[in-house]
Amino acid sequence: MADLRTNFLGVKSPNPFWLASAPPTDRKVNVERAFRAGWGGVVWKTLGEAGPPIVNVSGARYGAIHGPDRRLIALNNIELITDRDLEINLQEIKEVKRAWRDRALIVSLMVPCDEDSWKAILARVEETDCDGVELNFGCPHGMSERGMGSAVGQVPEYVEMVARWCKAHTRMPVIVKLTPNITDIKNPARAAKNGGADAVSLINTINSIMAIDLDSMTPDVAIDGKGTHGGMCGPAVKPIALAMVAEIARDRECAGLPISAIGGITTWRDAAEFIALGAGTAQVCTAAMTYGFKIVEEMISGLSSFMDAKGYARIDDFRGRAVPSITDWQNLNLNFVVKAEIDQDLCIKCGRCHIVCEDTSHQAIFAHVNGKRRFVVNDAECVGCNLCALVCPVEGCITLVHKTAGVDPRTGLDYARPAANWTTHPNNPSVQKAAE
Amino acid sequence: MTIAAHPPGLSDVAPGRLDEASVSVNFADLHPPLARHEAKVEAERCYFCFDAPCQKACPTSIDIPLFIRQIAADNRYGAARTIFDANIMGGMCARVCPTETLCEEACVREAAEGKPVTIGLLQRYATDPAIAAGKSPYARGAPTGRRAAIVGAGPAGLACAHALAIAGIESTIFEAHPKAGGLNEYGIAAYKAIDGFAAKEAAFILSIGGIEVRYGAALGRDVKFDDLRRDYDAVFLGTGLGATNKLGLAREGELENVVDAVDYIARLRQAEDLTKLPVGRRVVVIGGGMTAIDIAVQSKKLGAQNVTIVYRRGADKMKASRFERELAQTSGVVIRTWARPVSLEGHGDALSGVVFEDTHERDGVLASPGSVFRIEADMLFTAIGQRGALDALDGAPIDVKDGRIVVDAERRTSLEGVWAGGDCVLGGEDLTVSAVEDGKQAARSIAAALGVARI
Ligand SMILES: Cc1cc2nc3c(=O)[nH]c(=O)nc-3n(C[C@H](O)[C@H](O)[C@H](O)COP(=O)(O)OP(=O)(O)OC[C@H]3O[C@@H](n4cnc5c(N)ncnc54)[C@H](O)[C@@H]3O)c2cc1C
Ligand SMILES: Cc1cc2nc3c(=O)[nH]c(=O)nc-3n(C[C@H](O)[C@H](O)[C@H](O)COP(=O)(O)O)c2cc1C
Ligand code: SF4
Ligand code: SF4
Ligand code: SF4
Repeated sequence: MADLRTNFLGVKSPNPFWLASAPPTDRKVNVERAFRAGWGGVVWKTLGEAGPPIVNVSGARYGAIHGPDRRLIALNNIELITDRDLEINLQEIKEVKRAWRDRALIVSLMVPCDEDSWKAILARVEETDCDGVELNFGCPHGMSERGMGSAVGQVPEYVEMVARWCKAHTRMPVIVKLTPNITDIKNPARAAKNGGADAVSLINTINSIMAIDLDSMTPDVAIDGKGTHGGMCGPAVKPIALAMVAEIARDRECAGLPISAIGGITTWRDAAEFIALGAGTAQVCTAAMTYGFKIVEEMISGLSSFMDAKGYARIDDFRGRAVPSITDWQNLNLNFVVKAEIDQDLCIKCGRCHIVCEDTSHQAIFAHVNGKRRFVVNDAECVGCNLCALVCPVEGCITLVHKTAGVDPRTGLDYARPAANWTTHPNNPSVQKAAE
Repeated sequence: MTIAAHPPGLSDVAPGRLDEASVSVNFADLHPPLARHEAKVEAERCYFCFDAPCQKACPTSIDIPLFIRQIAADNRYGAARTIFDANIMGGMCARVCPTETLCEEACVREAAEGKPVTIGLLQRYATDPAIAAGKSPYARGAPTGRRAAIVGAGPAGLACAHALAIAGIESTIFEAHPKAGGLNEYGIAAYKAIDGFAAKEAAFILSIGGIEVRYGAALGRDVKFDDLRRDYDAVFLGTGLGATNKLGLAREGELENVVDAVDYIARLRQAEDLTKLPVGRRVVVIGGGMTAIDIAVQSKKLGAQNVTIVYRRGADKMKASRFERELAQTSGVVIRTWARPVSLEGHGDALSGVVFEDTHERDGVLASPGSVFRIEADMLFTAIGQRGALDALDGAPIDVKDGRIVVDAERRTSLEGVWAGGDCVLGGEDLTVSAVEDGKQAARSIAAALGVARI
């Protein structure tokens, strides 16, 4: 049985599955239910400064897009940070931490962008005995209009400045939570590191309007006839989160910066993928908000079966293993040739591979052979793009086969050629220049 | 073929075997309609195939992937239009097509996992609201001054008339019965088209305008074929099959309660109150097609205790599909294969039993080893096929073979200016959907022949 225990910045948890700062971690009763269900840790719903509590809308605050059978594939929200009184939150955090010593309890924070505000809140939070803080520089709606959340996260100088203040005013580990609503995620990540942050967590939600209601001519979720963009999360954002985590994981300047991954994690596999990209823990929100806390049982069991099957005793045994495989386009081997191959026994003759290749790719799949409906790849045209395999409804029916012997009828070149990439390619203008 | 009630014990034929509540449960919708969510989930199962095999298998070539995608995208009306463009009787076809041998058999998901997309149910989902609204979604074409005579307001005749109306060709339908719809109204099993659907659909089709129906006007009796040819620019014959085959056994015509299945079903379909319809306690059905299944199942639903279908060959040779046979069996009907009737037994004037001989096939020839058995029966339904009844043509020089009219690919008969389609023509499949296709193709050919813009 694999050991799922994690140690992230010295904060220990029985498994890497944490609930992200969001409604599931808004209060003691939720968090205790989550711990009972098996979650390894939580990041408490973001606290703001002392004073009159935050006011949320009383209209619908969530929107969604659905796949077939109303499977929720993305969620969107316009909720603000906690709307509960600071003192009640602090009291509950203290009680929970006292009762659940073996679980990670991080407190998320967002206060105005001045040193005194951060100093004041950190002192109060420290009294709770929690394990660390996460700086919410990510919320893309509402709070950003007030100069907080993503308004900070989008300016690397601010990120660095606030991280530095926090490190100066607390002994607790400091995690900076990044917004994806930015052109290059490496900049705020580097800024966090330069400011002394112990780790980054990402991604927060992505600016989004889920749909337009064509009857009312308003955003699909509107409040008294008006809507605003919210933040999107859930399964649909996972690829974006993976790309951003990978960018940081392979960035030299960020080397060694611990990452807590967030974004569309719904099953053990999603979490394992982020861990393979170097993440130390996996934070979850939408999946819990879609199915409840019980899903963690599947995550724990799935991750441990996977690790057992692969012979990984501890999380660290495979953490970051996929990072070296991620590179720039220019480093890809241009002499590596694959061709699509259709397993005729599995093929159900729907013809989708043919029509997508015909209409939108390389006209490389025949629809008929000797007048009979039969789908066969034409190696003379196939560029191995993978589109057909992706649209084929039968899993495993179309595979991309690495060609190693013979001549590629499309290019007339040998399949077996030494690896070579764009940096040395004769068509590359900079290579031409160097030759001159 | 009289039906006579008798006291129990002798020849037990009686109405009201079940109370009204049970009868109405029994005759409820065979396949209840899909609700919106079910329809959307089912629609998402469709792969939107290229050159879709299902579409090729549909006799009217409905663009099935397109209409299913329209359902998935919440465009139910667009889906209905896609269906009606190819098949104006898409509503009835959704209910009565043997989809298991047509589109759904060809669906790639049938090959893949034995669970085809339920095209018929989706087709019904798409078309129901449009038909309920009662108005054809098509505009009648500007009148061209051309006129066609159509004989028979069955699926073939109605489809032809609707397509002609779109082309601006007015038509007059001569219909012997007091209602339109043909076998939709008088023949299809009651539980396949409940709540007067056949009449609603006929009204929906006729609502396009430019179609006059003369009810109770039979060709040959009330109107002469030559007059139609003289008075109209084109004539379309969609008279269906008028006559039914007989067993050819002694006393077949005189014994009470030896009944033609098609006639009985017509009575059943028109009955105001099904509990008033007499049915036997022990029923035997002879035949192996859709009609045999329908009469057997409906007898059972009326309250018959034992219903046995006897067919002279193996189950694989029955024209009724596997789905239909299973429907009969799950309704409690016993199907006996490899036997044929040799004599009818009577108790007084009424049927009391049927004697069968076992059969087998030797070199493609049906023979009997000589063994016989007897089934006690209060009622016998014959469902051994229908024939054309072409006397109404008054001996006009039209090529006819095996009692059916010979037509070419455009549904032209050998006689200039005369088209035909549906059950009355040779080589058809004797299905509602093929009759609709015939009517549609004939209308195209008529429009072209009359120099009217293509439809
Ligand atoms: C019991 C039974 C069950 C069936 N079940 C199914 C089923 O489940 N699915 C399926 O696809 N098919 C089924 N069929 C077959 C289907 O009903 C026919 O193929 C279809 O109705 C043929 O259409 P049609 O227009 O050619 O003829 P019909 O529907 O027979 O219509 C012919 C019309 O012409 C009229 N007519 C005839 N002679 C004259 C005349 N001389 N003058 C004026 N009018 C005349 C008739 O009154 C009738 O209205 C069934 C048939 C029967 C008998
Ligand atoms: C395979 C692929 C290649 C693309 N290449 C280009 C490109 O060369 N230039 C460009 O401006 N957009 C490119 N796009 C983006 C599309 O134009 C489009 O903006 C994008 O796919 C979003 O639209 P859609 O998801 O609604 O299809 C590409 C998209 C795909 C899927
Ligand atoms: S989820 Fe709960 S709080 Fe939200 S709308 Fe439904 S019932 Fe109300
Ligand atoms: S998409 Fe797949 S199943 Fe469909 S025809 Fe192509 S190979 Fe066959
Ligand atoms: S064959 Fe089946 S899956 Fe393919 S288009 Fe037709 S209904 Fe859809």
